[in-house]
Amino acid sequence: MQEVKATMAGSVWKITVKPGEVVEEDQDIVILESMKMEIPIGAEDDGTVKEIKVAEGDFVNEGDVIAIIE
Amino acid sequence: MIKKILIANRGEIASRIIRSCKKLGIQTVAIYSEADQKAPYVSMADESYLIGPPRVNESYLKTEKIITAAKEAKADAIHPGYGFLSESDQFAEKCRSEGFIFIGPTAEVMRKMGSKIEARKAMQEAGVPVVPGTEGAVATIEEAIEGAESIGYPIMLKASAGGGGIGMQVVQSDEELTKAFESNSKRALTFFGDGSMFMEKKVENARHIEIQLLADNHGNAIHLFERECSIQRRNQKVIEEAPSSFISDKTRNAMGEAAVNAARALGYTNAGTIEFLVDKDENFYFLEMNTRIQVEHPVTEEITGLDIVEAQIQIANGEQLGITQDEMHINGHAIEVRIYAEDPVTFFPSPGHITIFEAPEGEFIRNETAVTSDYDVTPFYDPMIGKLIVKGINREAAISLLKKALKDYKIEGIKTNIPMLLSILENEQFQNGNTTTAFVQEYYLPQVQTK
Repeated sequence: MQEVKATMAGSVWKITVKPGEVVEEDQDIVILESMKMEIPIGAEDDGTVKEIKVAEGDFVNEGDVIAIIE
Repeated sequence: MIKKILIANRGEIASRIIRSCKKLGIQTVAIYSEADQKAPYVSMADESYLIGPPRVNESYLKTEKIITAAKEAKADAIHPGYGFLSESDQFAEKCRSEGFIFIGPTAEVMRKMGSKIEARKAMQEAGVPVVPGTEGAVATIEEAIEGAESIGYPIMLKASAGGGGIGMQVVQSDEELTKAFESNSKRALTFFGDGSMFMEKKVENARHIEIQLLADNHGNAIHLFERECSIQRRNQKVIEEAPSSFISDKTRNAMGEAAVNAARALGYTNAGTIEFLVDKDENFYFLEMNTRIQVEHPVTEEITGLDIVEAQIQIANGEQLGITQDEMHINGHAIEVRIYAEDPVTFFPSPGHITIFEAPEGEFIRNETAVTSDYDVTPFYDPMIGKLIVKGINREAAISLLKKALKDYKIEGIKTNIPMLLSILENEQFQNGNTTTAFVQEYYLPQVQTK
């Protein structure tokens, strides 16, 4: 199991996968937006998306868990 | 005569514009979002209007709300600052059709310069050299490979609708181009809703050098020399200086002349900047034109003694420039650093609560700041929280003063790029003037990433 974490504080701009979806390493899971910068957060490993813990528009802090991949 | 100006902006540039207005005895009107209620610029203005929630598309980009505030305040002119609506020809047109003076050029010239493809064409017609590239957008890989054949590698691939460095990549071969085209086009489609790409010859070891222009409504146009802004991260400027220590007087004059000729050919008015890429042999190529005041305008003010914001207002008032090219001289060397609320290594934004904010003070030190102690830096806007500008009799003196001033800068509570700035100033390559747009990748990042 891997936790996908926010690398910066900001809001969730786009969620690019759905629970149950099979993802590859480095595939974008969400795109965060902060201070005019959009940062894609990718999967660290291949797996299946178990849970997405945020919704589009949510505010996250650096280190918050965004999704869980199995 | 302009008696009251609404500033359609926020942060340090709003404060900067208010200062020049005060000097000229002009009343000022600030606009602010819910996130900026406590911003210093709001209390500096004579009047202020809340225009909406924090998000820019509900506040600083809302033309109707800005116009309503301007009417209510009975302002007679609108200064757009930089960013936000400053380069929107529609905004300029709307301001004017509602009876306000828009402090900037005509909507027509803004529209032309806002399109990468049209701007290129206009500059070519004005005799300004452009970087070899595709004439229009490239939609397929086949077209891209065909274009690459005539341009020659290395090539800079850019998203037509792009900005902020997204969808930009340098490629060296057909194979790399194919791969990069596919992934960047896909990403551009996700981000901007448009996957079309644009290709340009990559100018190697390029410097970013730009010419500041002033042009009045009576046909007078002058340039205020150059600014070198090669030190960038994420394709955004970090350190800017004037003059450039790299170009010769001959190149300086040729670039200035090309820029003034372009301004005349375009019928350009007010302040503007033409950005060029300059290669190691001092060949220069048009990059883009900014039809507004720029973040780094203070370095030009420091070496020329002119107040560019004041000049903008006077030009908008219909006054003559009152200075000629022959009267312009470079005096000393100025450097500006942008203070960003961000991680100094990853460059990721670092919004949060500033507990202590103390800018350095002293002779030849100038601060343009957007924040104070006990202040929240929100995630809604650009990470720039201030600019520090110093002046010296020469570049060496300016660097030395800048180092001292940066060491005295005190910001607590959030991460800032000050460690990065200090590290660059200590770098021998920087001190020797070896400043290309690849500086951060070539010299700064390897140094901090091995630590």
